[in-house]
Amino acid sequence: MTIQAERPAHREKPRSGKPVASDRMRAEARLGQRLVAPAIVLMLLVTAFPMLRALYLSLFNYSLTAPDDREFIGLGNYGVALSDPLFWKTTGVTVLYMVVTVGFELVIGFAFAMVMHRVIFARGIIRTSILIPYGIITVVSGFAWQFAFSFQNGFVNNWLPGISENFNWFGETTPAVIAIMVSEIWKTTPFMSLLLLAGLAQVSEDMIEAAKVDGATWTQRLVKVILPNMRAAIMVAVLFRALDAYRIFDNIFVMTAGAVNTESISFLTYRQTIEQFQIGIGSALSVLLFLSVILIAFLIVKIFRVDLADARQEK
Amino acid sequence: MKNKIGLPVGVLLILAWCLLPVAWIISLSFKSQTAITNGSPGFFPASGDGAGWQNYADVLANDQFRRAIINSIGISLIATTLSVLIATLAAYAIARLEFRGKKLVLTMALVIAMFPVVSLVGPLFDLWRAVGLYDTWPGLIIPYLSFTLPLAIWTLSAFFREIPWEMEQAAQVDGATSWQAFRRVIVPLAAPGVFTAAILTFFFAWNDFVFGISLTSTEAARPIPASLSFFVGSDPFNRPASLLAAGAVISTIPIVIIILLFQRKIVAGLTSGAVKG
Repeated sequence: MTIQAERPAHREKPRSGKPVASDRMRAEARLGQRLVAPAIVLMLLVTAFPMLRALYLSLFNYSLTAPDDREFIGLGNYGVALSDPLFWKTTGVTVLYMVVTVGFELVIGFAFAMVMHRVIFARGIIRTSILIPYGIITVVSGFAWQFAFSFQNGFVNNWLPGISENFNWFGETTPAVIAIMVSEIWKTTPFMSLLLLAGLAQVSEDMIEAAKVDGATWTQRLVKVILPNMRAAIMVAVLFRALDAYRIFDNIFVMTAGAVNTESISFLTYRQTIEQFQIGIGSALSVLLFLSVILIAFLIVKIFRVDLADARQEK
Repeated sequence: MKNKIGLPVGVLLILAWCLLPVAWIISLSFKSQTAITNGSPGFFPASGDGAGWQNYADVLANDQFRRAIINSIGISLIATTLSVLIATLAAYAIARLEFRGKKLVLTMALVIAMFPVVSLVGPLFDLWRAVGLYDTWPGLIIPYLSFTLPLAIWTLSAFFREIPWEMEQAAQVDGATSWQAFRRVIVPLAAPGVFTAAILTFFFAWNDFVFGISLTSTEAARPIPASLSFFVGSDPFNRPASLLAAGAVISTIPIVIIILLFQRKIVAGLTSGAVKG
């Protein structure tokens, strides 16, 4: 106590009161660190190390087809990538995928959550069905929708009014992007709705009832009471889904293989490194992809002031 | 009043949203391959276009697909077991012990969960080839561990925090040995959380595609999603849709079984990590 009183500058962690650590506390700390060590090592092995290596390789003109010609070119690869219109076009398409899919998922997912919150019958069946798109392999979802949109063997052209039976969804950019988005939205909306449902369950019924008594309309109750009170849940759902959507890859690979300008930034990176063995420029793209994910996470956290500790209810 | 009709309609919409595409892929898997080649639009197989179980028989007779099933099951189960084991140790420490670096572990897990997987496959591809892990089971298990650990640690530490640990001491006071107290009191309380983390981990491993196509080249380790995407058939411009659909349905069966058995646990696990309900 006295030691702490003498050093008021140490305010960051008032609980740990470090100077007089008993043997027991030290033993506990050692045990704790030992228990988390395997997890840390494994997590870093496949992320930090390859990322640093990508950072290093991105400084070289290096291709697996001619490994002996490897030469140091500094930031040259970044210059090439950032001045290439293809990079900006794929980034634009990726942002479009992210914004549109997360927007639709939020609205539809919220509607689903409202229904699930109110419903008192068939809860088991709804829960089972809502988990199926979540659990299904993304590649399978991609195939299912690709064939559904196919004019040769699908049903979408027959069912949608105003669409010719021979319309080829994968022949142009816009319809192909829509088809990819449909598959993405179908698969991930259930996850969104479950997160929102958990948030909805935290909104107090009394408050909604009080607003009702005070004469608030349904829209007012939604906008003024329900939404503000589940803000944390919504923001966490948006953050997770947005970062996930920005990495979109599987559906594009299966449905169009990047044809007709449907390529995302992940797909471009994959094509450069794995298919064309351009390790140098591919590594530069990897680093840029990583930086853009961090930027998006930062922007979402800052703009919406998401508090992750709050979401975990850590006081 | 509006709700009385609105709610059942909403329920029907949810069910249609979730199940219609599944029904479609099942229906597609029963269209005959000749019908697909000639073009057979429509939700259900037209009369004469049905194939019975032929597509399933053909897919299961395909050696590469059979190998892929074995690879997927083996790799996913091993990755799940190891990941849950390691995550349990870490989550126990996070929930129960005071030590420096606790926040760091949780933050690191969060950052890794958001990592763009594609930006790693280039260097990993290079590295795995150098150390001989390319196109092997461990070559996929290791990355799966790294990417499922964050999810498992977050889910488990949220679960463990809720466990009334005093009960362990209470049992010991009542005369149980410390092993008995752990075995009879703590294990049953912790089991649901561990189980939930296992299911979510398994889903991730089963679903993975990027590592699956990048770090394998033959049926020695290629998992189902990668195998399906490379399943081209004789005509690369007209994919054998009904065969693929049959393969897709087979790959979905384990998922459906797990969901049917454990739906409550999965929902609890999915939401506990992010938002507690």
